[in-house]
Amino acid sequence: MNARANFLAILAAVAVLAVLPSSLSTYSVYVLCSWMVFSIAAMGLNLTLGFAGQVSLAQAAFMGIGAYTTALMTMAGIPWPLAMIAAAVECFLIGLVLGYPALRVQHHFLAFVTLAFNALVFLVLRNEEWLTGGTYGVVGIPRPSVLGFSTNQQTGFYYVVFGFFLVLSAVLYGILRSPWGRAFQALRENPIRANSLGVDIRRMTLLAFAIGSAYGGIAGGLLGQLVQFIDPNSFTLTISLKVLLMVIVGGAGYFFGPYLGALLVILMPEFLRFTEGYYLMLYALLVIVLMISCPKGLLGIVDRIKLSIKLRQNPSATAWEQGK
Amino acid sequence: MNPVLSVKGVSKHFGGLKAVDDVTFEVRRGEILGLIGPNGSGKSTLFNCILGQLPASGGKVEVDGRDVAGLRPCDLNLLGVGRTFQMLQVFPEMTVLENIILAGQEHKGTMFSRLFGKPDAGLTDEAKRMIEFFRLTHQTNEKAGSLSYGQQKLLDAAMAFMAGPKLVLLDEPAGGVNLTMLAHLKERLKAFNEERGATFVVIEHNMEFVMSLCTRIIVLANGRIIAEGEPEAVRNDPQVIEAYLGG
Repeated sequence: MNARANFLAILAAVAVLAVLPSSLSTYSVYVLCSWMVFSIAAMGLNLTLGFAGQVSLAQAAFMGIGAYTTALMTMAGIPWPLAMIAAAVECFLIGLVLGYPALRVQHHFLAFVTLAFNALVFLVLRNEEWLTGGTYGVVGIPRPSVLGFSTNQQTGFYYVVFGFFLVLSAVLYGILRSPWGRAFQALRENPIRANSLGVDIRRMTLLAFAIGSAYGGIAGGLLGQLVQFIDPNSFTLTISLKVLLMVIVGGAGYFFGPYLGALLVILMPEFLRFTEGYYLMLYALLVIVLMISCPKGLLGIVDRIKLSIKLRQNPSATAWEQGK
Repeated sequence: MNPVLSVKGVSKHFGGLKAVDDVTFEVRRGEILGLIGPNGSGKSTLFNCILGQLPASGGKVEVDGRDVAGLRPCDLNLLGVGRTFQMLQVFPEMTVLENIILAGQEHKGTMFSRLFGKPDAGLTDEAKRMIEFFRLTHQTNEKAGSLSYGQQKLLDAAMAFMAGPKLVLLDEPAGGVNLTMLAHLKERLKAFNEERGATFVVIEHNMEFVMSLCTRIIVLANGRIIAEGEPEAVRNDPQVIEAYLGG
């Protein structure tokens, strides 16, 4: 019954997202697109960090690689679906390579390795002018056309992003529900024990990076087409931290965490706009308050409510869960 | 028939310290072998060398006649060697059922067939039987971290058995477990041994537990085997008494 209620809620949300653009301004549709694009990037990081427990501060680097790859390829006349696939595959492979340090170092050490990688990608994007246009970036990235229909209108492109958003969500759901998802979680919770139970932790670590990075690459490709302009500053460490914030605020290791986190991180500045110069301060304060009151993110609050209901029914249950 | 496990002249040196020094023994099919010895006698190091967690400095380990040098712990597990650790090792955020399924899933199909196959790798029924065997049915859908220490020890053992291994190495299964639970654990291990012909090697400090569970006992001191035989004989061996009491 619970599963059915969830399913209906998801169906309703999808239906709302499907009809929403017709009643919104062009700018609001743009903000929604931006939410979905960053949700995709955050979903990827949630797999790497939230489920498999591998800290990465390089998601923006993969968005950058994906964005430049699709932009340069489509501008060279290569069909956009091919360019998107190339971006995803490229990021998958680079993610695989970036996963190797994770076999040796963990936690904050790994964070620094990935941070350095993000800086490296930024420098390549800025300095290799012959390819990337340097600090001027790439201007006039074409929007894709789907089955002969142009998506230059915001609404048209919205449905392209929406399509990617749905398909990638479903794919990730499938991965996490399969034994792979369990193996990823085992890797996060206790890699040594997982290894002794036959889980090839080397392979799972590399895959966690590779799949998460491929999501980043696709998100980057879509971002380039959405904004139609990219420059190295769109993919700095700050943006990686922003994606990380989405994952943490929403709830790392919860399937719907990234959607909620991205919604908050993208929309809150819009809502706080009336406070003008104060909005960043307010925003920062809200994040601090949330992290102190609920370190497991917004979806962690839901878990806490469920637990309190369970405790009311059975007061002796699970001191361990309360202690978390 | 090959012995399930054959350890031939295995040594492990840490600098000048010979933690394990030229140890040779065999484990026969269906037996419960106890490995005892005072603290620091090299029991856990020996386990880690057998299981690929530490590279041995010398010697050879064979599982079912196959040399397992250089195999990683996960490869060894897929060959049919299960283990538990001295410190408790379960996955606290997963339910008991998921812990058990995880312990079996890597033995089903290939990596890609697992991705596209059933979420539980078709193991739910078998996992539930295993949970029932270890009397954890009421906790099936509880998170492993919320179980009592003794129950987690049972779960830990159940995970080691899930994939139907040829050989299970148990590192101090009785450590920190209360008397009631201990009797229960011993009874379950014996039942598993009798019903399914599983072979165990058990490291343990609790003499009562080892003497009543094992069919044969090896005593280590300073990295060497100083006695070997049936529980009663080992208990009365003067060298063993000296190793334990003479310090």
